Amino acid sequence: MSELPKARIATASLAGCFGCHMAILDIDERLIELMKLVDVDRSPLTDKKKFTERCDIGIIEGGCCNEENVHVLHDFRRNCDILIALGQCAIMGGLPAMRNAIMHSDAPLRECLDEAYITGKYIRNTTHNVPNDPALPLLLDEVYPCSQVVEIDYQIPGCAPTGDVIFDTLFKLLTGKFRGFEREMIRFD
Amino acid sequence: MSGTEKETGFTFTIDGVEIKAHAGQTIMEAADAAGVYIPRLCDHEGLRHQGSCRVCTVKAGGRSVAACTQPAAPGQAVENETPHLTKMRRDLVEMLFHEGNHLCPICEASGNCELQAMAYRLDMTEATKFPYLEPCRALDASHPDIALDTNRCISCGRCIRASQDVDGKGVFGYVGRGIHRRVAVNGENLADTDAQVSDHAMSSEVCPVGCIIRKRVGFAVPIGEREFDKGLIGHEIEEKRK
Ligand code: SF4
Ligand code: SF4
Ligand code: SF4
Ligand code: FES
Repeated sequence: MSELPKARIATASLAGCFGCHMAILDIDERLIELMKLVDVDRSPLTDKKKFTERCDIGIIEGGCCNEENVHVLHDFRRNCDILIALGQCAIMGGLPAMRNAIMHSDAPLRECLDEAYITGKYIRNTTHNVPNDPALPLLLDEVYPCSQVVEIDYQIPGCAPTGDVIFDTLFKLLTGKFRGFEREMIRFD
Repeated sequence: MSGTEKETGFTFTIDGVEIKAHAGQTIMEAADAAGVYIPRLCDHEGLRHQGSCRVCTVKAGGRSVAACTQPAAPGQAVENETPHLTKMRRDLVEMLFHEGNHLCPICEASGNCELQAMAYRLDMTEATKFPYLEPCRALDASHPDIALDTNRCISCGRCIRASQDVDGKGVFGYVGRGIHRRVAVNGENLADTDAQVSDHAMSSEVCPVGCIIRKRVGFAVPIGEREFDKGLIGHEIEEKRK
């Protein structure tokens, strides 16, 4: 059988802790098997900041907490045939989304920033301001899961998902054998 | 009902499998005894049936009924694990995730939680179609041994029935209506009530999620050894059939 042409994949980390990208490395030596099937385009793994070509698969870690995240996510949707939300932050906002429901607050974002930069007990911030440099991306009112911003094709659950479930899903998608997740592999934590 | 009537057995079918039952048994009780698992959240062994979560919905004679409250009837053909019912149950469970704040990675109950385990069983992995409501709900850590994180409460009422019927106390009750209906405690906060950590209502089996928290207990069991790391929810019932 002639070799399949390699697929192109791209990855990005939005509002996440980068743990899901580290979990990609948990694929361990099977990465060699995977790399026989794919070329990596735009990704922190290659340090490419822009798409060089259209990609078959885009993998997103993290949800959207600022306008830059939304731009990146739209860029991925435009440039990738299949878009995968990797991990609980991408799927449902995850830990960053804790700021959406700060108890008894009418303005959770404001309260979160105040606590972090001004009123927090252990804060030493001589400017007494919340950082507002124009270079900083504008924060969104809430942290949004990816599927609330663009259409997502697949979700790989977990915080972080195991190397096994990431490898299994990608390998099956790339070889046309993906029929859903093995139940034992579904974990939300 | 007379003793003889209770002993009168009959059979009905669930997904074509013949199930023995006796008068007075619910569909779920007969199914459990026969080793057929019907998913459930608000029903719990030893507690009065409430029939509120509707995760146990089955089709009996073409109608949707709650298996935990519907009496089994002779000759009845019950559908349990059909694609349609599984999808409906998954939607219900998904809605519970969306109605509260379920951040499993930071939850003490993760791995031991019935809601999460039900989501695994029902393959809840698709991109969601419901918005996250992200309500602002109260946390009550006033009691020295127990805390309540109502962000995770699914209003199953199991604590209410356990406290009332087993402990004879009534620490918990419902307040509000519709989506605003919440479980509340019989006092300003939990420390104000006669709740004790040794109450049945506070035992790890009553609250299916991580709402009733026993302090200084969480995260004791390592990942991989927690209840639902070891097997799918309902497997103990299904194993009875083998
Ligand atoms: S899902 Fe978990 S590991 Fe992945 S980015 Fe979010 S917090 Fe980090
Ligand atoms: S209660 Fe269950 S579903 Fe909710 S956050 Fe905790 S583990 Fe997840
Ligand atoms: S506290 Fe727990 S047991 Fe009580 S209603 Fe809420 S989820 Fe059910
Ligand atoms: S288990 Fe039957 S309605 Fe909840």
